[in-house]
Amino acid sequence: MDVVSAHNLTKIYGKDKVTAVNGVSFTVSKGEIFGLIGPDGAGKTSIFRMLTTLLLPENGTATVGGLDIQRDYKQIRKQIGYMPGRFSLYTDLTVEENLNFFATVFGTTVKENYDLIKDIYIQIEPFKKRKAGKLSGGMKQKLALCCALIHKPDVLFLDEPTTGVDPVSRKEFWEMLKRLKTQGITILVSTPYMDEAVLCDRIALMQKGTILSINTPQAIINKLPDRLFAVKAGNMYDLLRTLQRNTNISGSYSFGEYVHVVLSPSGISPEDVQSYLQQQGLTEIEWKKATVTVEDCFIKLLRE
Amino acid sequence: MAEYVIKAEKLTKKFGDFTATNAISFEVGKGEIFGFLGANGAGKTTAMRMLCGLSKPTSGKATIAGFDIYKQTEQIKKNIGYMSQKFSLYEDLTILENIHFFGGIYGLNNQQLKSKSKQLLHDLDLEKEAKKLVSGIPLGWKQKLAFSVAVLHNPAVVFLDEPTGGVDPVTRRQFWDMIYEVAHHGMTVFVTTHYMDEAEYCNRISIMVDGKIEALNTPSNLKHQFNVPSMDQVFYQLARGAKRIE
Repeated sequence: MDVVSAHNLTKIYGKDKVTAVNGVSFTVSKGEIFGLIGPDGAGKTSIFRMLTTLLLPENGTATVGGLDIQRDYKQIRKQIGYMPGRFSLYTDLTVEENLNFFATVFGTTVKENYDLIKDIYIQIEPFKKRKAGKLSGGMKQKLALCCALIHKPDVLFLDEPTTGVDPVSRKEFWEMLKRLKTQGITILVSTPYMDEAVLCDRIALMQKGTILSINTPQAIINKLPDRLFAVKAGNMYDLLRTLQRNTNISGSYSFGEYVHVVLSPSGISPEDVQSYLQQQGLTEIEWKKATVTVEDCFIKLLRE
Repeated sequence: MAEYVIKAEKLTKKFGDFTATNAISFEVGKGEIFGFLGANGAGKTTAMRMLCGLSKPTSGKATIAGFDIYKQTEQIKKNIGYMSQKFSLYEDLTILENIHFFGGIYGLNNQQLKSKSKQLLHDLDLEKEAKKLVSGIPLGWKQKLAFSVAVLHNPAVVFLDEPTGGVDPVTRRQFWDMIYEVAHHGMTVFVTTHYMDEAEYCNRISIMVDGKIEALNTPSNLKHQFNVPSMDQVFYQLARGAKRIE
């Protein structure tokens, strides 16, 4: 069953008619972790705000839990949890007070659904008397997640929960999401970090209000037609410049400690590129087949 | 021995009985790209503020481009560039006005301002957009412009505080191309980031945990030392033991 279904969803802002979301369609199944992956300005937040009934679309339709986002907004709000990108709890209430407040608003108690948040809440419990505004970034994030979960929603919307968060806290956060998934909660999450894409069941790669590709991370990776290599040399700066000068090479860009070299399926051979690099005076060349990542696919889509 | 542009020795900053930065020592060479990593709350921002001459250390020593961070903060400010994701440009000034404003602050004369801004607009392919307000241009352009403005006066060091948040992978790489370019011409780059693939682009990296530098080396030596395949795992091994959660 589709828990979320968006059809031709469109959002246009202001008198300048800026199209933030341009005819986006997708579905999310029950218990899925679905990722909207893309940079600022891709339209991720606008999509979340329409699905959470906070913004009206200019065009298109969508349902959440089988309910229409325009007609049934009141019911939808009871069944979803939403964690906006900007910290939006009450900074002058304590951790405990925030949690109680959100439980009460949704007509429940912390005790009733404590099982669901227990794993996360025990990490911030030592600070339950502290004001939310005085928490560190990682703790704010955990509290916000608890508040979004306290009424036991069917669907959870997380807008860039890990932006600006260090790699250790990011990893912990994704482990929490995996545990929530086992409880049957459907999760829509957005992120600008490409390495988080593989942690989702399915992803939509987004840019400027449109979906460039939508599939499982592995299927997106498998679809890349090009041959991809990881290359190192004594002087990495020269290596990149030299590769970029050669127009027979489809693409070359830094990738961690290597440069990724993209060769089209029927184009120049890797051997030819290696001898070209030697001719150009590069030394200590290390050349190997690269493991394709979602980031490589995204770069390819952006360049098309 | 290489020429050191940044030298820090047992640099310490205490706020009351809280030691934000705890006796950190390191050197950064001319033209080096130095990655300054650490978990949220590890003390990076405090350290960076001291190095920029914005905050007086509690103890320890440091020099930037040969200037003392206790006594010569004004000279330091003239010899460094600074860019952060949070603040870099005035949104309600045009692109050209921003260039002139920052160039003027850094003491460029009219003739220099004119030629530098022309060159900069050309390099960034922003000639047609020069009269647009910064608030209306895409984030990727803003970041490239902010960086160019921060190095307009050709400082000895440029400090970049999480410069590439929120942009797409292509724009992020174009940004790093600019970093490589200035480093290639001898500028020292001091950068913080949460992207571990960017850590790999640095010549050397330090990782701070609870106010101390717990590791400092080249990315490949660090991976070797911790016997893991990625910087992500090096970071994880060091930072997961952090006690400090503010």
